Amino acid sequence: MMKKLSNSSLKGWLYLLPAILFLGAFMVYPLIDVFIYSFEEGYNSASQTYFGVGTYNYSYVLHDPYFLQAVKNTFLLVIITVPLSTIIALLISVGLNSITALRNFLQTVYFLPYVTNTLAVGLVFMILFKKTAYSDGFINLIIMWFGGGAIDFIDGPYWAKMFVLCFYTIWVVMPFKILILTTALASVNQDYYNAAKVDGTSKFRIFRKITLPMISPMIFYLVITGFIGAFKAYSDVVAIFGTDLNAAEMNTIVGYVYDMLYGDSGGYPSYASAAAIILFAIILTITCINLLISKKNVHY
Amino acid sequence: MKVVLQNLTKKFPNRDKKIKGEVIAVNDFTFEIPDGKLIGLLGPSGCGKSTTLNLISGLQKPTSGQIFFGDDDVTNLPPENRGVGLVFQNYALYPHLTVRKNITFPLENLKGKDKLTKEEMNQKALEAAKLVQIDELMERKPSELSGGQQQRVAIARALVKMPRVLLLDEPLSNLDARLRLQTREEIRRIQKETQITTIFVTHDQEEAMSISDMIVVMKDGVMHQMGKPQEVYDNPINLFVATFLGTPPINVFDGYVKNSTLYIGEEAVLAVEGVKDQDVYVGVRPEGFILDENGPFSCDLSRVEIMGRDISVVSTHALSHNPTVRSIISAENHINVGSEKVRFALKPYKTLIFNKETEERIYFEAD
Repeated sequence: MMKKLSNSSLKGWLYLLPAILFLGAFMVYPLIDVFIYSFEEGYNSASQTYFGVGTYNYSYVLHDPYFLQAVKNTFLLVIITVPLSTIIALLISVGLNSITALRNFLQTVYFLPYVTNTLAVGLVFMILFKKTAYSDGFINLIIMWFGGGAIDFIDGPYWAKMFVLCFYTIWVVMPFKILILTTALASVNQDYYNAAKVDGTSKFRIFRKITLPMISPMIFYLVITGFIGAFKAYSDVVAIFGTDLNAAEMNTIVGYVYDMLYGDSGGYPSYASAAAIILFAIILTITCINLLISKKNVHY
Repeated sequence: MKVVLQNLTKKFPNRDKKIKGEVIAVNDFTFEIPDGKLIGLLGPSGCGKSTTLNLISGLQKPTSGQIFFGDDDVTNLPPENRGVGLVFQNYALYPHLTVRKNITFPLENLKGKDKLTKEEMNQKALEAAKLVQIDELMERKPSELSGGQQQRVAIARALVKMPRVLLLDEPLSNLDARLRLQTREEIRRIQKETQITTIFVTHDQEEAMSISDMIVVMKDGVMHQMGKPQEVYDNPINLFVATFLGTPPINVFDGYVKNSTLYIGEEAVLAVEGVKDQDVYVGVRPEGFILDENGPFSCDLSRVEIMGRDISVVSTHALSHNPTVRSIISAENHINVGSEKVRFALKPYKTLIFNKETEERIYFEAD
């Protein structure tokens, strides 16, 4: 016989009910559904029929050169942009934290990209980097001014396109990281720095031995969310390279999922589901690794 | 190492930009702290005690004036070259480092010929830890220590480099009452053992009086009096020092001097030889009252508090500045609680009079 729910715990459940209903209907149920789709071979969303159940969807996706290209692009993007953007944001935050004049002004300037629309920023980047018959683009003008040859960053070689994408991603994620890190830095008690100063600690050692450990929870938070965000990159890529990402060799995993659902090659919810589940597994693994590493290096 | 402050002044720009001018935190300080002594910087909060400490440590630069350690002028030296150990009010222990790492932190900064090997560092850390009796706790993190233990770690960290001067900023304010008593004895013992000139800041006069060799009483950035605690207590130079020192506080009355006699109201309470006729403030220490049925000074009795060793007689008087007049007399006296009036005689050396305008002490010959 189940113990009767006490009045207060009933009340608790009542408060939780709206959240549970919404999360259940719009998160848990679709997640389970996607998981099921990914094992249903040849699922047709119009007729709601499928041929059979098995792992063929996974095998197809894992052998699809477009998917492999997307995985490679995504991983490159993650590996390059997450550490770089975090380090640059840290440097800028430390700089901002140590000046008094113009600090508020600069903080606003650094925060501007955050409130700007991704597609608008992408358009600006395209104008900066694109080489057309009429113009070489602003960046190429600079390169040529230094004596280099013009490069087509948007339709040119793979490394050039990757460079633009990474540059863009770092630029877009920077404001949020700077905001978090300047706040974290400002919240470190000044007494720690004074204590270190009395003991003649060098600036670099203060940074490494005091500042970094003190703000490590925030850095860790940024790395985790940075990884997840970069793995889910899609709209940024569309903003720069347009919607035909497979042709541009610049597709990402989320882009691949989208294409499988709605793109020219669309209408394959089973493959899309399998790709999404693979992405989910990748992010889960990476986050677990992050958590393990953080146990040793993050000081709460 | 003796510490000399010469005309030391520190001004801060006013925070509120609408108000022009500066805040003078420390105003023209000149005093000498003898070698190997424990000095208490005492004053109400906001009086510039901590600023003085920061100036001595080098964390803040004086607006004018000089600081000497022994014969060395350290005014323009950065903190690390002064050889000071500083214990912060909140201890400022690095939370992510163990006690051992916290204590060795200052040693790891040493460069060149002063550089120590790991064994030497651990040896020194252990010595410092033993001195403050925390050598059992070396591998713990600060969050796993009690307030008193954290305090000891902070002191060990300040001592490990064998500073010439040890500075403590409100060292006991974060401890509970019992631990405070214990820790102040501890600070005294450590100072005696190391013979390091120690300056500590406090707003608690009892704390300062109980362990200091000398106290410096400050108010509004101005040094009022410096001396041995008992001397300052017995012979305050002005009304502020007299009221700031002592628990229960000194009783202050409006009074006047006429024909070398001190009056409070209509009552002639004490003969004061050699004082001109004038209005004065009269300060009487609680222990300065003698219960006397024929005494010259009468108060309206409120109640009697019996504290075992002493009796505290609480009464009121129309000319008293304090809401109640508190006198402490020996419990051997018998007091008739029923009567409404209580009469006292005053001990001449416990009765202090002050000029009404300047609040400076007026000295008189006691019989």
